[in-house]
Amino acid sequence: MGNVLLIGFGNPGRLDDGLGPALADAIEKLNVDGVDVDSNYQLTVEDASEVSNHDVVIFADASVNCGEPFTFTQIQPKVDISFTTHSIDPESVLGLAYQLFSAKTKGYVLAIRGYEFNEFGEKLSGQAQNNLLDAITFIEKALRKKEF
Amino acid sequence: MSDKNLKRIVIEPVTRVEGHGKVSLLMDEENNIKQARLHIVEFRGFERFIIGRPYWEVPVLVQRLCGICPVSHHLAAAKAMDLIVGVDKLTPTAEKMRRLMHYGQTFQSHVLHFFHLCSPDLLFGFDADPAIRNVIGVAQKHPELAVQGVMMRKYGQEIIKATAGKKIHGTGAIPGGVNKNLSIAERDEFLKDIDQMLEWSLGALKIAKDYSVENLELAKEFGSFDSNHMSLVREDGALDLYHGNLRAIDKDGNKIFDQVDYQNYADYIAEEVRDWSYMKFPFIKSIGPEKGWYRVGPLARINTCDFIDTPLAEKERQEFMALTNGKPNNMTLAYHWTRMIEVLHSAEKIKELLNDSDLQGKDLVVTGKRREEAVGLIEAPRGTLFHHYKVDKNDQVTMANLIVSTTNNNIPMNEAVKKVAQVHLSGKPEITEGLLNHIEVAIRAYDPCLSCATHALGKMPLAISLFNYKGELVDKKTKE
Repeated sequence: MGNVLLIGFGNPGRLDDGLGPALADAIEKLNVDGVDVDSNYQLTVEDASEVSNHDVVIFADASVNCGEPFTFTQIQPKVDISFTTHSIDPESVLGLAYQLFSAKTKGYVLAIRGYEFNEFGEKLSGQAQNNLLDAITFIEKALRKKEF
Repeated sequence: MSDKNLKRIVIEPVTRVEGHGKVSLLMDEENNIKQARLHIVEFRGFERFIIGRPYWEVPVLVQRLCGICPVSHHLAAAKAMDLIVGVDKLTPTAEKMRRLMHYGQTFQSHVLHFFHLCSPDLLFGFDADPAIRNVIGVAQKHPELAVQGVMMRKYGQEIIKATAGKKIHGTGAIPGGVNKNLSIAERDEFLKDIDQMLEWSLGALKIAKDYSVENLELAKEFGSFDSNHMSLVREDGALDLYHGNLRAIDKDGNKIFDQVDYQNYADYIAEEVRDWSYMKFPFIKSIGPEKGWYRVGPLARINTCDFIDTPLAEKERQEFMALTNGKPNNMTLAYHWTRMIEVLHSAEKIKELLNDSDLQGKDLVVTGKRREEAVGLIEAPRGTLFHHYKVDKNDQVTMANLIVSTTNNNIPMNEAVKKVAQVHLSGKPEITEGLLNHIEVAIRAYDPCLSCATHALGKMPLAISLFNYKGELVDKKTKE
């Protein structure tokens, strides 16, 4: 069991919504020691269980409005979860991990700026692809140095 | 009265249902609700996305349609493509692996809905403070329930992973069969926990049942209405979520059609288009669009089948049907009770399959003579799911028509919203917190999947808009 969990989420069939899984794929191929990688269409409640088994969790997702090319932000567990769908946000996953499994996991969101979301298609836009490459470079360095 | 004398209230999007939808309510001059419309952002363009693709890619591609129920689309497409490759019957290993995948999917989907979306309403009441009427509220007051929900969900997801492969790009079902069996080690891992899953399923079912019985007067009125019901049933009339023939019954239980081969669904079901919605409105042809609409999903399935072939769930079905003297139950809130009967049934089926050595068989795929058109149908967690394809001689898809569960429940959800709004609008042209809560509870009973929209960060605010009869915006509320 590694001590860092990276979860990339989004729908690769909805253009730039696939940025999270694309980053997860790239990081998985690097096979960084002590890093577990997962990807899914959406975050769900059972992720809280897996998160609780790690010291650090990084949620990688596309964003419609974050700064370019990406932002990397520490998050706090949400304690007043307005849980509304089968999918939930990173803060709520972390909150559930704390609440249900007594986790002490540190959480971060790697938000990668995307631009095209509203059509079906399995291709990232050009600018999103560039942002992805920058994000991979950044997070690989952080993962190897365990700078969290 | 013409529409110009009606005021329109728009609530958008609905919270605690999947994805992104909005509700518009049309009032008359006396502020009575005359019409309700649930607008859902559906998968515009998805069929076009499939056209031109080789048929063998389709079971993987269609998972892109929905991040909530990718397995249902995967299996419905695979069932259609079985027929396209000329296969009418899978090997025992292939069919049972797919069934295991499907029961794992149904188990985890229903569990999530019950524990994390619906139980706050049942445990704290529809009008409870939103600060406690949520999953954390449940975790604080009933920590064991919240943990059970997560662990049951995880169990179902692990079954999906063992049968379908990765969460994204699941490839377990392929045209004519499956690409893997279940190893002894995987089987033993699941067997270790299945009795715990059964016990927790019974406990959760009891909560749903007790709530329904204790609040029967509320359940009879809340968003309830008579309707037709439709689902797959096995040839002997048993509940079957994976395969069977179509049966439709009316509000009294009389059969409208029975044992219809779903390859011929278009002879029995038609879809109406309305200018205000991207979603279609399916109806039973012999009755017509006005009265031929029907419910699908857990409530419809339990109403429609003659029996359940697993003992614990069958006992619960009998108890459920006794409430309405064996006649169909038309209460919207009864979806919760029936959903939990299906959780129990799924757990029993999973155990039955895990103890079947066919899952370790090595005969995974069969082939046949290519066909050009086929329909795949499955009872997805939310209801009947149709996949209809035509494939040309170059192996490319030339036509795709999908009727998803939420589309089948389109009119029933509109009816439920209308019923609730009529009671809770209280004569004032404003969206109160109470009205919003009750509309959400009504829609949530159907567990609609509205998630075909994307879910990137920052994309899902809750906005409530209020328009007067002239179409002027008079109020708007937004929350993240």
